[in-house]
Amino acid sequence: MSGKKVALTGAHAAAEAMKQINPDVVPVYPITPQTPIIEKFCYFKAEGQVDAEVVLAESEHSVMSISVGASAAGARVMTASASQGISLMNEVLSVASGMRLPIIMTVVNRSISSPLNIHCDQCSTMNVRDLGWIQLFAENPQEAYDFTIIATKLAEAINMPVMVCQDGFITSHCVEMLEIIDDKKVKGFVGKYNPKEHLLDTSRPLTFGAWQLPNTYMETKIEQQEAINRALKEYPKVAKAFAKITGRNYAFVEKYKTNDADAIMVATCSTAGTVKAVIDRMRKKKKKVGLLKIYMLRPFPKTEIAKALEKANAVCVLDRAINFGAEAPLYTEIKNALFESKKKPRVESRVFGLGGRDIFEEQIEAVFNSILSNQNKEKKGGNVYIK
Amino acid sequence: MAANIKEFAEMESYFAPGHGSCSGCGFPMIVRTVLKAAGKNTVACIATGCLEVTTTQYPRSSWKIPCIHSLFENAGATISGVESAYRALKKQGKIKDNINFVAFAGDGGTYDIGLQSLSGMLERGHKAVFVLYDNGAYMNTGNQRSSGTPYAAKTSTTPVGSVLKGNMLFRKDIARIAAAHNIPYAAQAAVHDWQDLFEKAKKAFAADGPAFLNVLSPCQLNWGTKTDLAIEISRLAVNTKFWPLYEIENGVWKLSYKPQTPVPISEFLKHQKRFRHLLEPENKKYLEKMQAGIDREWGLLEKQCAGEKNGV
Ligand SMILES: Cc1ncc(C[n+]2csc(CCOP(=O)(O)OP(=O)(O)O)c2C)c(N)n1
Ligand code: SF4
Ligand SMILES: [Mg+2]
Repeated sequence: MSGKKVALTGAHAAAEAMKQINPDVVPVYPITPQTPIIEKFCYFKAEGQVDAEVVLAESEHSVMSISVGASAAGARVMTASASQGISLMNEVLSVASGMRLPIIMTVVNRSISSPLNIHCDQCSTMNVRDLGWIQLFAENPQEAYDFTIIATKLAEAINMPVMVCQDGFITSHCVEMLEIIDDKKVKGFVGKYNPKEHLLDTSRPLTFGAWQLPNTYMETKIEQQEAINRALKEYPKVAKAFAKITGRNYAFVEKYKTNDADAIMVATCSTAGTVKAVIDRMRKKKKKVGLLKIYMLRPFPKTEIAKALEKANAVCVLDRAINFGAEAPLYTEIKNALFESKKKPRVESRVFGLGGRDIFEEQIEAVFNSILSNQNKEKKGGNVYIK
Repeated sequence: MAANIKEFAEMESYFAPGHGSCSGCGFPMIVRTVLKAAGKNTVACIATGCLEVTTTQYPRSSWKIPCIHSLFENAGATISGVESAYRALKKQGKIKDNINFVAFAGDGGTYDIGLQSLSGMLERGHKAVFVLYDNGAYMNTGNQRSSGTPYAAKTSTTPVGSVLKGNMLFRKDIARIAAAHNIPYAAQAAVHDWQDLFEKAKKAFAADGPAFLNVLSPCQLNWGTKTDLAIEISRLAVNTKFWPLYEIENGVWKLSYKPQTPVPISEFLKHQKRFRHLLEPENKKYLEKMQAGIDREWGLLEKQCAGEKNGV
């Protein structure tokens, strides 16, 4: 491969990809643990390494509003946010997707108030999963970098906004080795963004954001549904093209030793790394365990997920998020994916790591042992915690 | 720069007739005048509100220039984004024309929920004109009070009761707030004086940076006036000093018009149901308080405008 090995944090890996893509407009607002992304990007701007118009917005609501305006005006727009920032821009997130604007945002997973906590969990990210954005989850700096590039191409191919999510601190602030692609290749891969319709075409005046009555609103929403689901067809193509230049293959999910597994853990982002280490150890003890790591949560690759899990006896879904008054979000999704399968494994839930609480290999091993021996037979769903 | 009425009437209009505003509403005239000053190469952003709902009902649009509606509180930020995209794409040679940018928002979308995003747009120096069409309440949702609602006005959230007599607070001085961002141009105008509005809009688009216009926009429905009275009401607002016309150009304050003979505020109020209670004898103290507020503001404004001559 033609790449260059570098040591970067997840945040700087995302910023590096943004630099190489060199978008037109980048509105920014600080929030831990996302801040190093925008700081690094502002550094690139100050050093003349990017051309982007950096807009120092006065809030995340405005970051996303500026993104919407700039994207509707035909610019390639990228930004980054986390936690309260994502919550604050909630209203505008659905404008971006409803207007079919291919905005790219790196999301650094962090808990939400109250109480205030700046550490990693995925509550704010899960909260916005139904707003029409494609959501990709990265395990490490390499994936955060790769997905930022993939997301750009995917977003623009189907006119849909994409969030690339990485875990706060665990990924965003930890240095790891990764391979970065040469600038030219990145630019060649994402290509130029030349939308057919945009606001700056004064010879063809269009109105964006008209309001609709019940007689047409629903059709628009159904079209939006079809549009986001187009990612299920488009993503494999983009990922294949990406593999061609990098050798790195990204499916909807990563299957780690799942083929013959009796018990499979489902996880996203950084926790997947810990689970893999546990699997390697347990495999040596002849325990048939595996991991299904979710790369894409929206649109939900239901078929692929069901296929990967249905042969196992037991599945345990690890959620670094909590749904108040209901079962954990990823657990709910996975159960849903398996509902139509002929053979249904037993599906258990574990909620862990809220507000950045560490999870250790021994804890994961204990969960594996528990589901392998079916100790929790009586526990159907509900919230079970790893404390 | 000054146009006569014939030239003005013959100028291309970028705001189509057939929109859904109430008959005799003030803002269509404001929008038409501002867009005539801006010309064809203009992109507009509108905030949620009466203007937006009456002009963008899918699949129709009254906008003959590109236009975007995003949300209620983010017109300042949205137009900032459009203008930033323009600068980025112009630099790359992808856009050749010079383009004007304008945001329209009501008083709710400006004094209240949109203030932060407006402040951001002004502070960051985006070259765009923010036009506040001020009808003095949240009209689209049925006349609720905003912080631009005049003192003592009756709205659906400031009813006239035995204890409270309408809106018991004085409105914010929004043009002064905008001007405090040290922008090159801010002005207050009114719909009856189209020439003044047209010229102020021209200056706003020509300014080397952000500009702000606050334009009085009569709302017959919720002010409770006759439908053919918008122009007259607007004139009375100015002649009673309720709505002074002035501009702040590069920090220099200038009165655009000084009423010859002072007209008491009751002349403005008497045409409007929202103020009817003020003319009842038992509410005299509220009327006096309103008049005192107007005189105070006018005095302050005169002083500020005199400062210009003193080189302050
Ligand atoms: C966040 C949010 N809050 C409330 C509303 C409801 N809303 C829509 S328009 C409007 C009133 C607009 O008032 P103003 O800005 O004065 O414009 P007008 O309708 O008077 O022209 C309100 C309250 C909304 N659309 N969005
Ligand atoms: S309610 Fe008032 S502001 Fe709204 S369209 Fe009617 S007259 Fe105009
Ligand atoms: Mg209003």
